[in-house]
Amino acid sequence: MSEQQTEANSGLHDPVIRARGLTRRYGKSIAVDSIDFGIARSEVFGLLGPNGAGKTTTILMMLGLTEISSGEVSVLGFNPAREPLKVKQRVGYLPDAVGFYDQLTAVENLAYTAKLMGLARAERAARIEAALARVGLAEVAEKRVATFSRGMRQRLGLAEIIMKRAEIAILDEPTSGLDPQATQEFLGLIGELKAEGVTVLLSSHMLDQVQRVCDRVALFRNGRIVLMGTVPELAVKVLGAGFVVEVEAEGPGIARRLAMIPGVTQVETLAADRYRMTAERDVRPDAARAVVAGDGALRRLSVDEPSLEAIYARYFQDQPAGGVRHAA
Amino acid sequence: MRREGSPFRGLSTVFIKELSDHVSSSRILVLQLLILSTALAALYEAISSLRQNTAEDPFLLLRLFTIDQAPLPSFVAILGFLIPLMAIGLGFDAVNSEHNRRTMSRILAQPIYRDALLMGKFLAALATIGISLTALWLLVIGLGLIFLGVPPGGEEIARSAVFLIVAIFYAGVWLSLALLLSTVFRSAATAALVALGIWLFLTVLWPMLAPALAQAIAPVDPRYALLGLNDPATAVWMQELLRLSPNDLFGEAMLAVLSPTTRTLGPVFLDQLRGAVMGAPLPFGESIMIAWPQTVGLIAGTIILFAFSYVLFQRQEVRA
Repeated sequence: MSEQQTEANSGLHDPVIRARGLTRRYGKSIAVDSIDFGIARSEVFGLLGPNGAGKTTTILMMLGLTEISSGEVSVLGFNPAREPLKVKQRVGYLPDAVGFYDQLTAVENLAYTAKLMGLARAERAARIEAALARVGLAEVAEKRVATFSRGMRQRLGLAEIIMKRAEIAILDEPTSGLDPQATQEFLGLIGELKAEGVTVLLSSHMLDQVQRVCDRVALFRNGRIVLMGTVPELAVKVLGAGFVVEVEAEGPGIARRLAMIPGVTQVETLAADRYRMTAERDVRPDAARAVVAGDGALRRLSVDEPSLEAIYARYFQDQPAGGVRHAA
Repeated sequence: MRREGSPFRGLSTVFIKELSDHVSSSRILVLQLLILSTALAALYEAISSLRQNTAEDPFLLLRLFTIDQAPLPSFVAILGFLIPLMAIGLGFDAVNSEHNRRTMSRILAQPIYRDALLMGKFLAALATIGISLTALWLLVIGLGLIFLGVPPGGEEIARSAVFLIVAIFYAGVWLSLALLLSTVFRSAATAALVALGIWLFLTVLWPMLAPALAQAIAPVDPRYALLGLNDPATAVWMQELLRLSPNDLFGEAMLAVLSPTTRTLGPVFLDQLRGAVMGAPLPFGESIMIAWPQTVGLIAGTIILFAFSYVLFQRQEVRA
């Protein structure tokens, strides 16, 4: 019964990852406190939250790399606590600030993990070459990793996941410390993975990036998931409305006409010819029609898409954190 | 709760990778040069002394290992002192360097258990030491052939092979200790310092402290002192305390194996010597029996220390 309920709650059929009441205690402190979530195949799912909110601990439990205190998680139908090898065979993990053996070349580093994965020799070479080409490191394949920049190391980590042909890619803070261009390239690679049907779990506190690539996000706080859903859903929940449209127009009775558009919850008059509307959906076409219909002169029409940044700031502003905890 | 899959999956991969890292590292080169140069110096002294006193000796080759010519100690004594250094050098950063390079979580996210990683690292370091010691052993035998000109007999080879095996286990004790410290301390420098501290304590300070402690525990009976004899109670205590150091166990085992005339490693009572032909060598099997407890002590030490690091490593958080 409870299984059906959880599926119904998360609105997912056949989730590849499903957690129920997942909890991790360190002595008396609780790092992850009874969280539930489900992630669908080829979805990009974002884990958000301040440092020490329990994101990395959750990831490590999914990989069977740390003990589960109570509750359970299933990854691709396997229990990571009992069958960690099957889980790790199918899941790729790029840890926060990934490290490589500096004295070895990029190819040698990948060859070592490929051997640990149990790939045959011929298969190994082909996959390594293809993976390095995908992430744009083919030219430095024979260079020692010691000479690599932060962005190159992250891409090498992603190449490892590509080489593994992982069904799920778990990326922990993959873009922190990257320059804007490297970040851009990296997000592009994540998009490609998604297009291939790989489920991506992305932990980050770079909110705008998460918003750009993630289908759904979960907001962690003090070991709990406090919000979960798509960005517009969260915006409605936290900000009260999804869209804020600013109109700059001249004409009689514009404020009244704008307020009559269906879906608009509020119209503020900012100046003589400037209005701010709050709406549940994108009401720009309706606003334009309303202004023109009233013989007004429309000068500007802009929309503030609900930003994760605003949601995040508003959420933590409304509910001040009760004591900061740090992950062990 | 049983976990599925073999704990040894990936063991050979880790072993080969670590072995190639060790063999190609400059660290091992320095350690080998150190051991080789000191050992060769000791051998040179031994050879020149043997060539001057060509007394008839059925175990000429073994003399190469045990003769000490001031100011240099014997070849075996030098190895007893330097093998721990080599083992510590190979093991002190085995686990913590993976954390510090941030490779630990990436490697453990591959389909292997932690068992394979730790075991692979241990076996690779032990194999590295084994290769070095075997090379050294062959060198000694070769030099013996060239400079002494006497082909070694089967028993001499057998005894020196036992020396090689016991020396590898002796290295195993120190390697396990270094591995344990590398698991306990996140900083490689701290682990190295603590390991070197224990090494210096057990090889240099303990032989001086043990007699003092033995006298405190079992004070010398003045009647023995009047007769100018050692009090057997004090002597036994001293020996038991000394045996806490793997260095002493190695030394005793080597004494029994490489000096065939050794009949016992503890104090001897006169009635035990009744019927003994003094100075006659013991058969190979009997010498092994004398060295056996010490060898078992070294093997047990290796296993216990490794088990400690194994348990600690299994419980350790992956995150740095």
